[in-house]
Amino acid sequence: MPAYFDHAATTPLSALATSALVEQMAKIGNASSLHSPGRLIRKDVEEAREQIAGLVDANPSEIIFTGSGTEANNLALKGFYWKAHAQDPQRRVVLISAIEHHAILDPAEWLDEHEGAELVFIPVTSAGSVDLVFLTDFVQRRGSEIAVIAVMHSNNETGTLQPIAEVVAIAGDIPVHTDAVQSFGKVDFSFSQLGVTSATISAHKIGGPLGVAALILRRGLDLTPILHGGGQERDIRSGTLNAPSIVSFAAAAQESTSKMAERAIYIRSLKKYLVESLFAIFPDITVNGDQTHSLPGIVNITFPGTESDGLLLLLDAEGFYCSTGSACSAGVPRPSHVLLAMGVSERDARSSLRFSLSFSNTRAEIDQLCEVIGSVVHRARAALARG
Amino acid sequence: MKLIAAMSGGVDSAVAAARVAEMGHEVVGVHLALSSNPQKYRSGARGCCTIEDSHDARRAADVIGIPFYIWDMASEFHEGVVENFIAEYSNGRTPNPCLRCNEKIKFAAVLDRARALGFDGVVTGHYAQMKETSAGRLMYRAVDPAKDQSYVLAVLNSEQLAGAHFPLGDIVKTDTRKEAKARGLYVANKPDSHDICFVPSGDNAGWLRDRLGSESGPIVDESGEVLGEHQGAYTYTVGQRRGLGLTVPAAGGIPRYVLKIEPKTNTVVVGAHEALAVEKIVGDRPIWCGPAPISGRDHRGFAQVRAHGQPLACTYSHNNLEITVHLDEPLFGLAAGQGLVIYDDDRVVGSATVSETA
Ligand SMILES: Cc1ncc(COP(=O)(O)O)c(C=O)c1O
Repeated sequence: MPAYFDHAATTPLSALATSALVEQMAKIGNASSLHSPGRLIRKDVEEAREQIAGLVDANPSEIIFTGSGTEANNLALKGFYWKAHAQDPQRRVVLISAIEHHAILDPAEWLDEHEGAELVFIPVTSAGSVDLVFLTDFVQRRGSEIAVIAVMHSNNETGTLQPIAEVVAIAGDIPVHTDAVQSFGKVDFSFSQLGVTSATISAHKIGGPLGVAALILRRGLDLTPILHGGGQERDIRSGTLNAPSIVSFAAAAQESTSKMAERAIYIRSLKKYLVESLFAIFPDITVNGDQTHSLPGIVNITFPGTESDGLLLLLDAEGFYCSTGSACSAGVPRPSHVLLAMGVSERDARSSLRFSLSFSNTRAEIDQLCEVIGSVVHRARAALARG
Repeated sequence: MKLIAAMSGGVDSAVAAARVAEMGHEVVGVHLALSSNPQKYRSGARGCCTIEDSHDARRAADVIGIPFYIWDMASEFHEGVVENFIAEYSNGRTPNPCLRCNEKIKFAAVLDRARALGFDGVVTGHYAQMKETSAGRLMYRAVDPAKDQSYVLAVLNSEQLAGAHFPLGDIVKTDTRKEAKARGLYVANKPDSHDICFVPSGDNAGWLRDRLGSESGPIVDESGEVLGEHQGAYTYTVGQRRGLGLTVPAAGGIPRYVLKIEPKTNTVVVGAHEALAVEKIVGDRPIWCGPAPISGRDHRGFAQVRAHGQPLACTYSHNNLEITVHLDEPLFGLAAGQGLVIYDDDRVVGSATVSETA
């Protein structure tokens, strides 16, 4: 039986979210139309917005729907940079953690290359958590030059949770964006309590549909849009509202949040079982990143002496699906920038796999994985040792 | 069998992979990333290392229904092929990087990795045939002489050939492109690549100049008289006639050709066409594609010195370190560094690298 251990990449649409999606797709109307069908769709969208706002502890007007988490991150990072820079040309520094997802990392590099920004990375500890000493010192020295700070809520490769409340406290008046794509629906997440300026959440990581997400942006702030058009979302994001996906997103958000505590206990025990089972077979593996302050389902493991793309190929052939760090646009495997930032050697970074579990995984699946992984790792080691 | 199909993104390797998959083998498609900076790959449909090509290869694998991965062979390729190419040119020799790539990458680094991962061999879209005979698994020219690529594979030894699979060797009537179309592979109409894949412009001399710098030196005739100046001997190839830029007219208006490149003195020697005639060829680094012919004895066969060159009737012998060939009829223009391939009719006997000619 194949087993899917890659829920952080994307996870199946839940039954509830599916029926919400299908039902909504049968309805006619553009949420911006003034006639009755349009108003009915608008009502559905606004109810979804209120529902999601309630779940993240934000005001409904603070939810801006976007076409992806990537878009929401771009909107926040570029928007805050342009705004701050326009108000005060001194503010050119874009300060991001060294372990951000590409959806933050790449727009930050783009701002640096094309928009006159200076990109500065906040280093992380070997446990994969942002270095608050560095941050404090940097803000003290160059606070007046910082346009925006971005630190993700939890890391998608290691699962390590980041000290966002502390980052916000250190940042003072500087806008702080947090990419909460992996956290929302998995661990407690309160927008208002955290005090961040903006946050990103995405539907397809929590059993909602692909291609819908939200930027949660503090009331009263506006940002330079990336897409110009009908101005549907607070004039910050244009495009006809994707009502079916938004309604389905809300259904998934509701479901994953209400079942979160119970699922988290189960998933965490499953992860512990996975790690212990693997340690029993390979005493020399290492788990990357802090596992006490972490998402329940993500674990990143180095299998010394292997190449992760070889491991992936062999596991795929056996019906076990997990992932390696990341690949460039042509698909060439690269050592994870996250692991490298944590001080993991390039060799070990190239020998690491991420397993991400969900409530639908079972111990039996892990047992099956452990039956084949011995020979898989053996062959992957031979492949690296070749020549 | 479990096979790795090397998929360049072109039509041949896609059809090759489809054929072995259809035969019921367990096939995994692999695209080799050969440049360390794939983002900077040139765009365009030709060549073997663009983002489009990796996408095309992936798409073909999806259509065939096989898994697909990208293997990073950039450092192996750079060390094994690109650096060698530059070094050979700077030594006044004319290498064929495709031979080198087959020998060091496709049927070495890739085959070794495939074997370690539990695969039996590597499939490519080369046009050549492997036949089981009483003397073992031997390589033959493709059925269609116009498509035959056995020349660039003659650098593979028996052990490498044991893991090599060329499913296109028998294509004759059915054109590969037609077959690709019938199989729903949209690379069916993709143009073939002709250039050296890592020299995107097709301008070898310019590419080499960027890496080796220019260094002027004399162009001389066979008597040593200086006729002109060049900006780098490595940008010339033996047999070349155009682009010499000579101002001193030749006696009797006879066209002059590059006869020799002398890297130590950075000198290019030119002369009349007759002076390019070669009757004896010595090649070093012999590689046998099957049982080695008996050493120290004359054998009849055919020699081929270019990928699409003519097979030339010859007598050859070897002493395990060198192959010596005596051609029945002279050949005009042969540079050190070129691949010398020996055939017994259509069977590939082996190869060597041209070291001396006379
Ligand atoms: C941390 C993080 N941020 C952003 C994204 C991108 O979200 P989306 O797939 O909705 O564009 C992902 C998912 O790949 C992620 O894991």
